[in-house]
Amino acid sequence: MNWLKKSASDTQLTHGDRLWLYIIATIVMLLLVIPTLIVMPMSFSDSQYLEFPPSNWSMRWYYEYFESSKWMRATVTSIQVGTLTMLLATPMGVMAAYALFVSGHRASKLLFAFLITPMIVPVILIAIGVFYSYGRVGLNNTIFGLVLAHAVLAAPLVMIVITSALRNYDLNQERVARSLGATRIKAFFVITLPQIKFSVVTSALLAFLTSFDEVIISIFVSGGSNATLTKHMFAALRDFIDPTIAAISTIMILVSTTLLLATQYISSREK
Amino acid sequence: MSVLNTPNPDAEDRGVEPLNEKSLRAQDVQEQRLLLSLATPAVLAVIAIVVIPVGWLFYLSFTGSDGQLSLVNYQKMIEYKSYARTFVTTFEVSILTTLICIMIGYPLAYFLAMLPERLAGFFMLAVLLPFWTSLLVRTYAWLVLLQKNGILNDFAMSIGLWDSPLKLVHNLTGTLIGMAHIMLPFLVLPLYGSMRKIQRDLMHAAANLGASPVQAFWKIYFPMSLSGMVAGSLIVFVLCLGFYVTPAVLGGGRVVMVATQITAILENQFNWGAASALGVVLLVVTMIILTIATKVFKLDAVLFGKR
Amino acid sequence: MSIQSNNLKTESSTALPIHVQDLTKKYGEMFALDSVNLDVKSGEFLTLLGPSGSGKTTLLMAIAGFNRPDSGSIRFGDEEVILKPPHKRDVGMVFQSYALFPHMTVAENIAFPLKLRGVSAAETAERVATALKTVQLDGLGDRDIEQLSGGQKQRVALARAFVFRPRILLMDEPLSALDKKLREQMQIELKHLHEQLGVTTVYVTHDQREALTMSDRIVVINKGQLTQIGTPNDIYNHPANAFVADFIGESTMLPLTHDGSGSLYFEDNLIKTNYKTSDAKEWSLVIRPERLTVVKDGQYDPEKTIVFSGVIREFIFQGETAFAMMSVNDKYTLSFRFGTDASSWQNALKPGDLISLGLNRSDVIVIPGGREL
Repeated sequence: MNWLKKSASDTQLTHGDRLWLYIIATIVMLLLVIPTLIVMPMSFSDSQYLEFPPSNWSMRWYYEYFESSKWMRATVTSIQVGTLTMLLATPMGVMAAYALFVSGHRASKLLFAFLITPMIVPVILIAIGVFYSYGRVGLNNTIFGLVLAHAVLAAPLVMIVITSALRNYDLNQERVARSLGATRIKAFFVITLPQIKFSVVTSALLAFLTSFDEVIISIFVSGGSNATLTKHMFAALRDFIDPTIAAISTIMILVSTTLLLATQYISSREK
Repeated sequence: MSVLNTPNPDAEDRGVEPLNEKSLRAQDVQEQRLLLSLATPAVLAVIAIVVIPVGWLFYLSFTGSDGQLSLVNYQKMIEYKSYARTFVTTFEVSILTTLICIMIGYPLAYFLAMLPERLAGFFMLAVLLPFWTSLLVRTYAWLVLLQKNGILNDFAMSIGLWDSPLKLVHNLTGTLIGMAHIMLPFLVLPLYGSMRKIQRDLMHAAANLGASPVQAFWKIYFPMSLSGMVAGSLIVFVLCLGFYVTPAVLGGGRVVMVATQITAILENQFNWGAASALGVVLLVVTMIILTIATKVFKLDAVLFGKR
Repeated sequence: MSIQSNNLKTESSTALPIHVQDLTKKYGEMFALDSVNLDVKSGEFLTLLGPSGSGKTTLLMAIAGFNRPDSGSIRFGDEEVILKPPHKRDVGMVFQSYALFPHMTVAENIAFPLKLRGVSAAETAERVATALKTVQLDGLGDRDIEQLSGGQKQRVALARAFVFRPRILLMDEPLSALDKKLREQMQIELKHLHEQLGVTTVYVTHDQREALTMSDRIVVINKGQLTQIGTPNDIYNHPANAFVADFIGESTMLPLTHDGSGSLYFEDNLIKTNYKTSDAKEWSLVIRPERLTVVKDGQYDPEKTIVFSGVIREFIFQGETAFAMMSVNDKYTLSFRFGTDASSWQNALKPGDLISLGLNRSDVIVIPGGREL
């Protein structure tokens, strides 16, 4: 164990002195990851009861999921709503973030704070408020209503990602492009956008995931043939432990892991 | 040699209005309007989804069952003990979750901050993976792990930690475990960010001036990491206050937090006034905590980034 | 950079003068520009020199169109441009950060303004090649920006700014990111490039040496006001006030006395000046350290020389020159500089030595006002 005697820090600590830290950190990381991933093997069990490790492997719960018209319809709805949310929240957030970043106006900081209130106001409050208001205008159980609400939750994330990207970007590039003869719009699309495009993609993925994983507003505002996957899952969780959920969870984990790795790859490209 | 800034003779002829002042101001206003118009869709959306609905709830909370303005909903909150219990539970769960997150999140963030950037990026996946995974999925996973004949009980009994299955879920314990797991990334990410900003030279200087590694940590490193820790804790605490899914599932009806009670009132009594009043109190408490904390700890820069 | 044989000067459109009139810009209560009037002559190299926050960059940005003043006029030739957006002003601009587009190659960066102007592909290629040659980057057109050194990036930014033959070239501290040696080399190259292009150039810097090296004329700015404008020689040898004297070069400032009849005295020496001495209450004598020489008793002409005698307090060897401070009767301290050639006995000065320094009367600089600014 020579490695333990090697210097670990600038203040002469060896890795041996730091061993306790490594052990604690490892335990915490395992506690974070294992519960996230454990449903994956369990979803391949044959049993009514979730076992680990499964005594008999089977795809039973996946058939259950793919053959259920209720689950399929909900999945399609969730993907649809997620995609539309992404398409609405990304341009909305990018435009707002850019405008507030470029404008040196006193009010822009205030406006930024206003635009990220959806992150601060408890979601339950937004959910019941929207449910009540939508009831008045007949937007409950509609795709549009759900997309609009989800887009408002997702836009602040887009704004934060884009603002931090703009902060790392030399705005003089846009200035120089304009002095070289480009209009403001052209300078944005030809010079600025290509350089923050990875952040734009990341924020779009975040927007999709925000909608796809959203539970509370979906519980209230979605329903009927437009109920989302999360609404059905939540109902199933409250009642009994349906192993079909394990299969669905596995698929959702794969989706989010793919998106996460995509953003990681993207950010490594941007640097 | 010529000294400048002699008044221009032409300027005086033109009278009082300075050159081009009006057109320049008009142009400025036009530019600000253009920029503002870019933010307009987002502003309108927030008004439609947050301001109007929450405002409506605010109004409903001051309305009695007869439709007249009244304080009856708030009076009930003071009279009935169940409300007080709900708030106590909410704060209890939020504070405990925050403390758990600090205790296990600080060492993790410190570990990550000590690693070379590349390696830290890899281990950071352990924080980001749960962060990106649906909280419903994670709540479900804990339900499965913690149940009576679940993996944790099986494992603990097989190695002789305890003899009969412990009740780990549908109670406070289960709620706290699940909440801490879900909230941990919200603490670790800002904390890690503030730790990365601490310059290595500071630790060198401390050592050079005679501080032992332990002293250097507590006197220099820890105070400098506080801003990130406070910001992260605040995010966790505020998110906990309004949390719904995890307590509802892992608490199994025994851990009634504000959000849970709001939905219960709506589902069982369909009493919008009472539900709204609870929501308004939740919002006001959240805002007060955020305002005080940002003032006291000067968190604007940490939370919203510097302009 | 040696001057290339290609004939950029005759190709480029005629340079334009810039007329800035009553330009005012306020940030809150502070004047970033306080009714500034400035005429930049056609084809000249003019430097805006001042400390940070003096308003020099604000003025440059206003000329480029990135900073909207509160009032005033900016004309290129006869044309009022103050309301024009930057992309219609046709000025080349070089930023401190270079602001090269990292997602484009060197050639694409330089071709950018040409494409926007609808120049044909063949001509674009030719002009990019010529521009690259002019800044001595022949053959590097296909490189990515990240592959370039700091000096090369600087040259690309420069090529991009002049390739479309702008009538005016603006530069905002373009050399400050380079190390000293490269910076000094680039100063000379920029000067030659300017001569070659003949374009009206406004250059911003806080480095007085850079300004003295490169400029046809220097404008000294302080607190949003133009303090003095003149050739490098003017500015250095005839500073208009204490601020300029202090900001440019090294100096010692000593108060003069006014005898009431219009004559100024330093101790017993009558000091001649072209100023009308009734214009100001206080007057000061400015002494440049390198203008003082060591004199020996009886070996100077008292008609032509003012003599200071004192004791050496500090002596510092700095390579090409040495620097010393002499205290005169503990009343004031004079700093002086001299060469460090081996023959010079002055190298042997040490603290405590008693010496006399002489200032030639033709090197006397008088300024209105006192030390405080």
